[in-house]
Parts: sequence; structure tokens; C-alpha cells
Amino acid sequence: MAVTTAGATRDGNAPARPRKNRTFLVLNIISIVAGIAIWWGLSLAGLQFPTPGEVVAAAWKMIKDGTLATDVGASLGRVLAGFALGSVAAVIVGFVMGWYTVARGLFEPWIQFFRTIPPLAMLPLVLVLMGIGESPKIFVIFLAAFLSCVISTYQGVVNVDKTLINAARVLGAGDGTIFGRVVVPASTPFILVGMRVGLGSAWGTLVAAELLAAQAGLGHRMQSAQLYYDLPTIFVGIIAIGVLGLIMDRLLMIAGNKLTAWQENR
Amino acid sequence: MSTPKISVRGVEKVFPVGREPFVALGGVSLDIADNEFVTVVGPSGCGKSTLLNILAGLEQPTGGTALVDGRPVTGPGPERGVIFQQYALFPWLTVRENVEFGMRTAKVPKQDRRERAEHFIRLVGLEQFADALPKTLSGGMKQRCAIARAYAVNPSILLMDEPFGALDALTRVRLQEQLLETWSEERRTVMFITHDVDEAVFLANRVVVMAARPGRIAEVIEVDLPYPRDEDMRLSPEFGALRNRVWHAVYHQRQIKEPAQ
Repeated sequence: MAVTTAGATRDGNAPARPRKNRTFLVLNIISIVAGIAIWWGLSLAGLQFPTPGEVVAAAWKMIKDGTLATDVGASLGRVLAGFALGSVAAVIVGFVMGWYTVARGLFEPWIQFFRTIPPLAMLPLVLVLMGIGESPKIFVIFLAAFLSCVISTYQGVVNVDKTLINAARVLGAGDGTIFGRVVVPASTPFILVGMRVGLGSAWGTLVAAELLAAQAGLGHRMQSAQLYYDLPTIFVGIIAIGVLGLIMDRLLMIAGNKLTAWQENR
Repeated sequence: MSTPKISVRGVEKVFPVGREPFVALGGVSLDIADNEFVTVVGPSGCGKSTLLNILAGLEQPTGGTALVDGRPVTGPGPERGVIFQQYALFPWLTVRENVEFGMRTAKVPKQDRRERAEHFIRLVGLEQFADALPKTLSGGMKQRCAIARAYAVNPSILLMDEPFGALDALTRVRLQEQLLETWSEERRTVMFITHDVDEAVFLANRVVVMAARPGRIAEVIEVDLPYPRDEDMRLSPEFGALRNRVWHAVYHQRQIKEPAQ
């Protein structure tokens, strides 16, 4: 029999998956290699790009002198703080909105209004009010994560299958039990989708916030490299942002799959 | 018969839809004795599910009263177990955790809980799937799990709302037989809603035929066939005769025109 590794962690009911997965992986690798080759070709052909080699050299230098670690640390610290605060607030507000009609009526117009404003557009105001320290950046990230996640959580609570709530009621569950043991687990998939969107939005907002006002961080590094026409450093910044974003998204996805493994038809 | 287990007294349910209110139940009265198995059959819109929901305490009647053990129903209660057509298992809980759900809310000690869950899981034949999630079960197995879950809180009444309606014919017949087996071991008062005439006759002591517009009881037919019932019974002429009577009562209903308001 074929080697099965991927199927084993789930429920092992998809024998066709490993082979399909492998084909997919091979295509992924071909695509990445080809992309880098095209980049290399373009930079050799006289475009103003640095070659991959120059970028690797720049990255190596930044790793050795510790600037990359400092920048990544500063950026990750901000995004994680803002994202964590935003998600927690979104889950709480989303639940309250879904559970109490009064709260829904009161919160909804403000959330809908602020949702249409890109969080970055708040930055000038926030900088004036909160100064140029860490708090304005974290606040803008918080806003980005919160606004992406809150609607989704609220939808999750509203969409909980009425039959499940009735089933809990006839089994003697009161409101508290229904909330904790039915509504919360049933809306988890929605919350996780919201958190993934929120994380993406938070990451994007962070980098832009750092471009505008920061003393450290990946955005700041790219901003100062721009002044010196230092293209390899800008490339390192871009790649680091992409890789970190991808890793965080995947981690959240894996955690989400673990938490919602009970879902049907996946 | 002394005080009936379930007593429905002139129960009405009117939904205010548009200008003409919809009369789901127009004054229904019905007594069900302790440990009796009653099936309710009727066309869609006859209010059979509404009647069950009122007894379950999930809906309030707009007129009349529903009594259980002589007391009016005001909400759901542990003495009334409900089994839904859509199974309504908690998908994030295993079979065992589903069966234990009601006992956990009732704060039954863990040891007791385990043993009783074990007992009812075995009773419905799911012992090999006790730790499986609902998504891995077939429709029939899900409904057996739901039956075990309802039994586990030890209700004296089981209210079943078209529980086998979504299953294929063969599974449905198997589950009917299993349900009677379970019921003979663990006697309860059962009200079972269905739109399947065969099912209604096969299971019941008594078949209540309902009619629509307004929802009402058209006829009550005694099923004087002995338990245990099996395949041979299903093919017997006596069964056939009863089946025809119920069929006739369901499908040749006089249409009562609602008085214009």
C-alpha cells in the first residue's frame, strides 16, 4: 500500500488524498523555483532588481548584526498584542450582540460605520491623541482585528441551529448551559474564520503603520532603506513580512482545524 | 384508567400570519395513558408537530391547556424526552458525551453518569461507537444515539417528532423494530409523530389521525395487535386491515371550510 502520512492525522477516510497532496506539493515547488528563476532572470536582464543572491546576502548581514531579529520582534510584538486584544474584544462583543437584541441594536450602527473606514485612516487622529509610542500602533491593529472578527462572531451566534438549542433545553439546560455548551462551540468555526481575516488585516495594518511612524520594525526598516536606495534590504523586508504572515495564518488554520474537527462535510 | 399521563384539553394554536391568522391547532383534546404508545399521523400542516412542541414545552398554546401528570406544561422538563427528526446531536461531542449531556446538566455524579450512559448506549447497540463523533455515524446510528440521549435522563414520556422521517425505508423498518424492543425493555409513555401510515400502525397502541385547516383530530383508531410485533405481523391481514383504515382516514379527509372571518 501507499505511504499514508497526511490522512492519518485527520480521520483517515480519504485514501485518495496523499497522492493528490503530493502532486500538489510538487506543483507548488515547481512554481516557487520558477518564480525565483524569473526574478533572477529579470534582475540580470538589467531591471533595477537586486538578484536573489544579493538579497540573501543582505538578509544574512541583517541576521548577523541582529537588526532582522529586532525588527521582527518589534513587529510581531505589536501585531500579536493588537490581534490578541482585538480578537478577545470581538468575541465578547460578538457574543453579546448575538445573544441580546438590545446590545445588537446599540452596537450595530457603530460597528458598521467603523467597518467602512480603513483602520489606517484613523492613524492621524490616533497619533495626535495617543502620541508616537507603541500604543497608537497597537490600537490601530486592535481596531483592524476587532472589526474583522466581530461581525463573524456575531453571525456565528445568530446562526446557531435552533434545533440544537431546543435539544439542550429539553435535556434540562438553562440559559447559561446553553450558552457555554452549545452556542460557544457551535460558533467556534465562525470565530476562527473571523480571526483569520482579522490576523491578515492586523498584519497589513501593522506594516503600514510602521511605515508612517516607528523607530523599529519591518516597516520602519524598509522605510529607512528607501532613503538610501537600499533595494536588497527592502526585499528582505517584503519577504520577511510575507513569510511571517503566512506562518501565522497557517498556525491559526492548524489550530482551527484541531478545534473544529467535529464539523461535517470537510 | 385513572389520571391520564398526558392530557390535552382544547389546545389551540393560532399564528398571526397576515390578515387571516393561521389556525395550526383548533381545539384539540387527547388523553394518553401511562406507558401507552400513541402515534399521531396526518398530512403536513395538520399541526402534529405543533402539538408535540406544546407538550415538550417548546411552544405555548394560544388556548386550552396541556397537562402532564395533571400539571400544566409551562416549559421543557426532564420528565419529557424529545427526539427530533434532524437528530439534533451536538456535533462537537462524542456519542457518549451526547448521551451524558442531560445528566451533566442535572449534575448526576460522574460515576453514575458513565454507567447509565454505558447502559443506554448498549441498549441502542452503539457500544462500538461510544467515542465516535456524530459526523462518522450514519443517519440511523445518529437517531439511535439521540434515542439513548433522551432515555438517559430517565424521562417518563418520550416525544418523538418524525424521528425516522429522514431515513431510507430499510433502516426505518429496522429502527421501528429496535424502538419497540427498547420500549418493551424500558417502558415509557410515547407520543410518536409520523406521516407514514405503516409506521403509525406498526408501533402504536393507538393511532391518532389528524386533519388540517384547522389542525384537529379526525379519528382515533385502536391497534389491538399484540406486542412484540415483527415482520410477520406487518404482512398479516389484520395489520393490513388496520393500515387500510388509517390510510383511508388520512387521505380521504373531508375538507372543512374555515368560517370566513
